[in-house]
Amino acid sequence: MVVQQESPAAPAAGAGRMEVAALWHGHLLPGGRRFPVIADCNFALRPGELTVMIGPSGCGKSTLARLLAGYGRPDEGRIRMDGRHVDGPGKDRLMVFQESALFPWLTTRDNAEFGLRERRVLDGPARSRAAALLDRVGLGRFLAKYPAALSGGMQRRLEMVRALVNDPALFILDEPFRGLDAMTRTLMQEHFAGMFEEGRRTALFITSDIDEALLLADRILVMTARPMRVAADLAVDIPRPRTLATLFEDERANGLRKAIMEMLYAEAARSFGARAQSSDLAAAMHGTPRP
Amino acid sequence: MSGALSAMGPRRARPARRAGPSQAGRRAATSIAVFLLLGELIARAPALFGVEVPVLGVLPAPSGVVAEALRELSDPAYWQSWYLSFLRVAGGFLAALALGVPLGLLLATRRSFRNVVFPVFEVLRPIPPIAWVPAAIIFWPTQELSIVFVIFLGAFYTITFSTYHGARQVDPALVQSARSMGSGQWRVLWRVVLPAAMPGIVTGAAIGMGITWEVVVAAELISGGSGGSGGGLGHFMWDAYLANNHERIVVAMISIGLAGYLSSTLLRRAGRLLAPWQPLK
Repeated sequence: MVVQQESPAAPAAGAGRMEVAALWHGHLLPGGRRFPVIADCNFALRPGELTVMIGPSGCGKSTLARLLAGYGRPDEGRIRMDGRHVDGPGKDRLMVFQESALFPWLTTRDNAEFGLRERRVLDGPARSRAAALLDRVGLGRFLAKYPAALSGGMQRRLEMVRALVNDPALFILDEPFRGLDAMTRTLMQEHFAGMFEEGRRTALFITSDIDEALLLADRILVMTARPMRVAADLAVDIPRPRTLATLFEDERANGLRKAIMEMLYAEAARSFGARAQSSDLAAAMHGTPRP
Repeated sequence: MSGALSAMGPRRARPARRAGPSQAGRRAATSIAVFLLLGELIARAPALFGVEVPVLGVLPAPSGVVAEALRELSDPAYWQSWYLSFLRVAGGFLAALALGVPLGLLLATRRSFRNVVFPVFEVLRPIPPIAWVPAAIIFWPTQELSIVFVIFLGAFYTITFSTYHGARQVDPALVQSARSMGSGQWRVLWRVVLPAAMPGIVTGAAIGMGITWEVVVAAELISGGSGGSGGGLGHFMWDAYLANNHERIVVAMISIGLAGYLSSTLLRRAGRLLAPWQPLK
């Protein structure tokens, strides 16, 4: 693959710029046809900004996340990270998955140090940095435990640490708090917001929860139903630190919430309608993607 | 295999169950005692009651078996048989492990390799190891090698297949996250696929170990019988049969059972060391 170096020797401080242009992607169906998932998707992630992507469930957000992380190639279009073509997984883009992807056979400490060991940078300072991060998220007393012995919330925190330790330029989080109980989820969101405030790295956070989006985002991308593209790109200029309680009293937050809800509702209704009208899948596939 | 208890410290669950075994143990002891007593009565029926029990009457008395066992325990030849059989099982089993695990991993992760090798594997797999005995004797230069080879086959298919199966079921998210944290292809195999397949490998090894003991006895009976040079527990039993020593046949049977039990216990211990993250069963 061609390595394009348009911004030579990009400084690490401003790294994490991702551009997605004219992206089309579909799943191959038996019979050779393609089922469109992403159609003409365009957006950019700016360095140091936390972008939240929100859309109806099943709209293709996870597919897009996988493409950005490099686990697959788009059918058409460009994905560039700091000026270079994305061509496979790379340690500059780390992904935290919807489902737990901790290694069950490694202890908390070994899981956290995995990336350091694989890149052969596991020295004293790196170890103590990992240990400090684990301490910060309350896992200091569980260093020798296997993931099976950790609670769901602890597993998610360990996963965050495991990714953070590698200091990725771009942090991709695909509904990382899904499946946690409401209380743990709120705590995790506030915790994550705090960690982000300190680190200020580029992040793409995928969710289907509007309040989560408002709590975390510098910018919200509202996505359409399948085939997916960007329906709206909204700046969230609500002062930090935010809490769920203050968000309910904030004028701008309520305005954004209403606008996003209406868009998501319309998209959900559209995809429900489309499903109801097409009795078989083939008919749905012939539906041409909107321009 | 229940994962329900996995969340708590595995070893701590024991004390609650401690009340059980004493009662279950008493029942087990009673059952075995009744079984032995019945055997003794049947064997002594002609002397005690003047009638021979049909069919079962030819079985040796448990007391006779114990007496024979005590004699054998002080006989170096008996221990030599143990030693030889264990050596063969260990040789065949370790060879099966050394070849089967890498083969299973490659079959699971390299598609073109799988397409080429798997058909041959599947054609050979249904052939029972014992059916290989004559071919093995012809093929290998020494009798010892042919026995070890047949034992190897007994464990090899099972270990390869369960490694393959375990490795195929690795969560792709684990492979992907390792890749994105900088692991190369071979590192992924070593640090993700192998440990993920480890529980399957241990299970396969335990089943394979059981098969090796079935095979070693049969192989020794068949090939070790000639000339009396073969040795091993299977041959020990065959000798007892030729000498019409019923007590010794039973001692041999029990010895082989015990050998299988000991080796699978050893294996389970090793398995726990190799997969310590797995909840205790």
